[in-house]
Order: sequence, then C-alpha cells, then structure tokens
Amino acid sequence: MTTATRSAPTAAAGGRPSSRFPIYLSVAVIAAIWTIPSLGLLINSFRAPASIRSSGWWTIFGEIFDSATWTLQNYSSVLEGGFANAFANSLAVTIPAVVIPITVAAFAAYAFAWMEFPGRNITFIVVVGLLVVPLQMALIPILRIYTSFDLNGTYPAVWLAHAGFGLPLAVYLLRNYMGSLPSSLIESANIDGATHFEIFTKLILPLSVPVLASFAIFQFLWVWNDFLVALVFLGVDPTNRVLTVELADLAGRGEGALNLLPAAAFITMILPLVVFFALQRYFVRGLTAGSVKG
Amino acid sequence: MATPPVLIEPKKPEEHAIAEEGSSSNAPQVWLLRIASALVVPGILVGFFFAFEFLQRRDINKLIQVTVAVIVGVVGVWVLYWAMDRIVNAFPHRISAGVRPFVFAGPAMVLLAFYLVYPAVNTFIVSFQNAAGTEFVWFANYQRIFTESTYLISMRNSVAWVIIVPAAALVVGLAFATLADKLPRKSESFSKSLIFLPMAISFVGASVVWTFIYSFRPEGFGEQIGVLNAIWVAVGGDSINWLQLPLWNNLLLMVILIWLQTGFSMVILSSAIKSVPEEILEASRIDGANEWEVFRKIIVPSIMSTIVVVWTTILITTWKVFDIVFVMTGGGFDTSVVAERMVTEFFTFGNDGMGAALAVLLFVAVVPILILNISQFRQQEATR
Repeated sequence: MTTATRSAPTAAAGGRPSSRFPIYLSVAVIAAIWTIPSLGLLINSFRAPASIRSSGWWTIFGEIFDSATWTLQNYSSVLEGGFANAFANSLAVTIPAVVIPITVAAFAAYAFAWMEFPGRNITFIVVVGLLVVPLQMALIPILRIYTSFDLNGTYPAVWLAHAGFGLPLAVYLLRNYMGSLPSSLIESANIDGATHFEIFTKLILPLSVPVLASFAIFQFLWVWNDFLVALVFLGVDPTNRVLTVELADLAGRGEGALNLLPAAAFITMILPLVVFFALQRYFVRGLTAGSVKG
Repeated sequence: MATPPVLIEPKKPEEHAIAEEGSSSNAPQVWLLRIASALVVPGILVGFFFAFEFLQRRDINKLIQVTVAVIVGVVGVWVLYWAMDRIVNAFPHRISAGVRPFVFAGPAMVLLAFYLVYPAVNTFIVSFQNAAGTEFVWFANYQRIFTESTYLISMRNSVAWVIIVPAAALVVGLAFATLADKLPRKSESFSKSLIFLPMAISFVGASVVWTFIYSFRPEGFGEQIGVLNAIWVAVGGDSINWLQLPLWNNLLLMVILIWLQTGFSMVILSSAIKSVPEEILEASRIDGANEWEVFRKIIVPSIMSTIVVVWTTILITTWKVFDIVFVMTGGGFDTSVVAERMVTEFFTFGNDGMGAALAVLLFVAVVPILILNISQFRQQEATR
C-alpha cells in the first residue's frame, strides 16, 4: 500500500529556479485549460438570468464590482424547482448503497484471505472476472425481475443493485489488503484461542480502516455520480429523481432552462467535491493500491 | 468516474489461511448447511427491505427511511453474521469448521450471483429474442447490428472513442505528471489538484460544463455565449454549431471524457514516477543524458506496467460511457456510441432483444481484458 515517495526535487530537476520557468509555464497553461470550463460555469451560476443568456461569462470582467452582476436567484430557483428534493433523493440512495456492500464485502474478503474452503480459488477468480463486466449486461434481467415483483422505483431496489454492482471491486480490494497483513498476527491470535469472528472484528477490521475508507470514497463518488442505474431502476418520475437524472432532464429542456443549468450543475457537484478534497489522501491511496509497482 | 482497477502487479499477499483443526467434511449435509448459511443473510436483508412497505413509500420522511436502511444494512447485517456464526458453533467442530467460511463469504457470493452472474447469462439469452422477449429470432439482432448503418456508425464511433480517449488522457496525464514532478512541492500539489478536480464530477455534470463551451448562437441571435464560438468569431470565423459538425462533433464529445480522465492517469503515473529511484536518474544525468532522454529511456520504461494499467482502465471506462453522448446529443448527428445505443434501444425504444445484443457486444469486447486479468491474478497466486 505504501509507495516509496521521493522527497521534493531539489537541484535534480535542472538547477536554478530560473530554468524552471518553461516548466512553470507549461504546467500553468495545462492547468488553466483544465480549470477554465468549471470556472466559467461557476461564474455563470451567480450571474443574472438574462446575462447568462445574452453574453459569455468572460464579459463580467468589466463589471466585476457592479452589484447588479451577481445574484443568488438561479440557486434559489433551481432548489425550488426540484433540486432540493433531488438532493435528498441522492442522499437517500447513496448512504445505504455505500455502507451495505462494505459490510458484506468485508466478511467475504476475510474468508477469501484467511479461511480455507472448497471452491475458494475459483470463486475469487470469478470475482476478478466480474470486475470488468459492463453494468449494461445486468440491466435488462434485473429490471424484468424488479418489474414482475413491482419493486422498480423503490429505494431498496436501487440500494441492493448498487451493492451488487459494487461488490466485485470491494471484495477484490479488501481481500488483497487483508491478505497482505502479516500472518504471524493472525496465527498468534488463533493460538490464543480467538475465533475467526473475533479475529475479524477485533484485529483485521481495525487494521483495514484505510482500505475501507478508500472503497467508501470510490463507491460514494460512483453512486452519487451515477446516472444509468438511477435512470433505469428509479425512473424519471419527478418525485423519484436523483440529482443526475434531474440535471439531465434540465439539460434536455434547451434554451429555456439555460440560465438554471450552471447553478444546478454546481448543486450536483458540491458534495462530491467536498468529500473528494477532504479525503483525497485515502482516495489516491486506493487508486494507486495494486496499480503501481511498490 | 467509476474506474475498476485493472490488475497487473498488486502486492503479493502473504501465505495464509488458518485452517481450523480437523479437516472439513464434504458430505452432502455439510453442503446443504453451507448453501443455507450463505442464503440466510441476503435472504433476510432482501426480505426485510422488500416486505416493509414504508421503505418503498415516497410520501414519508426520507430521513427515517435512510436511517432504517443504514441500521438494518449495517447493524442488522452485522448481527445476522454474528448469529450465524453462533449457530454454526453449535454444530460438531468437524462440521462447523467446514461451514463457517460460507457464513463469511456466502452472502457476498449470493448477491454477486443474483446481481451479476445470473443477469449476464440471461442477457445472452435475451439477445436472441425479439423486442418484447416473446420469441426467439436467433441471430437477427446481431445481423442488424453488423449491417444497418445506425449500428455501424455507433460501432465506428465507439472504436474511435477507445482509440483516442485513453491515448490522449495518458499523454496529457504523463506530460503533466512529469512536469509537475519538477516543481516545488506546494506548486506541484496545487497544480495537480486542478487537473484532478474533474474526477469528482459526474458525466452528466461534465456534459453541462461543456455545454457552455460548445454553445452555439446562429448569426443575428445575439452574442456567442460558448467559449469555442467566441474564440472562433474573434479570430474571424462564422459561428459554428459544433455539436452538429460531422465527425468533429464526436471529437468534441471525446474531449469531455479526456478532461475527466486525465486526472486519474496523472495521479497514478505521478506516483509511479516518484517510485523510480532517484539514484538511477542521477546516474544517467551524470552520464550526460538530457531531461528528455532521462524521461524517454529511464522513466517511461520503468513505469511501463503502470502505463498499461492506466491505459486499460481508461479504455474500459471509455467503452462503457453512455451519459455524455446521451445528454449532449442524444446520439443524434451521428454521435451515437454502442453503450449509449444499448440504453436507447432497451430503455427508450423498449427493444429488449436489441438492447441485450448490444450489451453482449459490450461484454465480448472486454473478454480479452478479463482473461488477461485472470491470468495475471493466477500468476501472482502461483508465485506466492
């Protein structure tokens, strides 16, 4: 899990700070290109509706201190127009869809890492295979089952679908992490008479907090930002819509809703951005685990 | 984002498995117990979720629903595992040792079987059926995919997406990681955050962001509010409806995904670059290599396996992208891709057979990567 990190480059990268100028310049140019689209959207979201329609966001620089330029009107219209409800729906879908697979996967990962049972290798190979199976393969049959039991459009239907779709990655990540813990630790606990259940809850689980956090962030971003699963299993009914479905609907209304789009988009982004930057370390660790030669 | 890791060289777990004493029995009764214990937790969970109407009603407080779901989904599930473990303890040791792993691993396997394995098999069967799934049309859906221009265009576009997007995200990510590595620590981490930021944004959100880049106003309908047209007009061009511009519109949609995925490639590659030992780089510099040679002859070869991982991961993500096309053009103006077509056929047109056939096509294309992953995994296990 730990990648050898070099200390900050000193003289290695080419000597005097002045010779770094071309590097600064190219980094700044790429970073600017990457930031301008979001920045423009952010500026637009605070502009008066009529100005959003009639001029580009870059025209504000002449009137930046004019109080008529800025307004929160778009945010309040958007929230009243369904996004407050959609935000609550997104939370209602996301929280259980993140915590349920973690519990189920943690128990399974422990068994795959530290227990012997017939079929252990072959089932884990199936899990590895399922990592890359496109979600689209599951949509039609699951939708048919849900429809025949009249479960489509309910929260539990979406929670369990997200839990199922997130399991391969969860089991895979957790098993690799738990398996890399020193076996002497588990063996000595075993000799002391601890049962598997005790070893799992008192020893392995506390040690696995970093990887549990990594997966939780993955799954949170994935479920919160998901459009496909919510569209198919929750539907487009206005009371059911999560943020992505609501935003896609707004984007489909064309010119009429143009002034609402920037504020709406930021409402969908705010929580993932906060989570992302607050927990960036865990996220990066999760990403690099297994993909970088340690 | 959703990036399933492609495994090339994960850490090797140590040799383990604490076998409970007394080898387990494989008698049929034991297998019955194993299967039963695997089914209990998901059975009760699903039963609870679906039996209680209040979890499904929309007119009551969401907060209560979520709280109940979290309590049941975590505390309840936990208690169920614990109870199952106690029940298994009641059996003679020889049996309990054989059943216990299934108490731990079984529920996950049951959920995976229900939500992924069974549907995947079923989708194959549905792909040979007609739109309503009432009769078998055998290869008719596949025949249409490979002959009708609608589907051929989707496939052409998808192939273009998977060639261009991973390559571009990789090149920009690698360039940025290499350059930022040479900056002082604070500037490095700040500039990396800016590239990284789009990773937290949904594909739908990103599409909205880029709507204000590609926006188009015909002449006489006011100022351009899209960045691209504003620049285009400023340099003397006539405003262009970019998203309807043949072939270019595909490229412009790909830019959105490149924008999103470059952060991923940059982060992984940056951490790989940092793990290249400084002494090797120093040594080659002393030998007179310039920075470009150090990059090309030392850094790139030593991070090659990471490059392959990043490339494959972005390739899979790109292949499955549907949101961007769905939101930006709805697949119109010849911008359709296979994953988007699949949803349109099955969800919008109600053509289950064709949707399933396109899903199978999506799956078949990743089979080589699936096999590669499995063989990599087996090699690691064998060398453990």
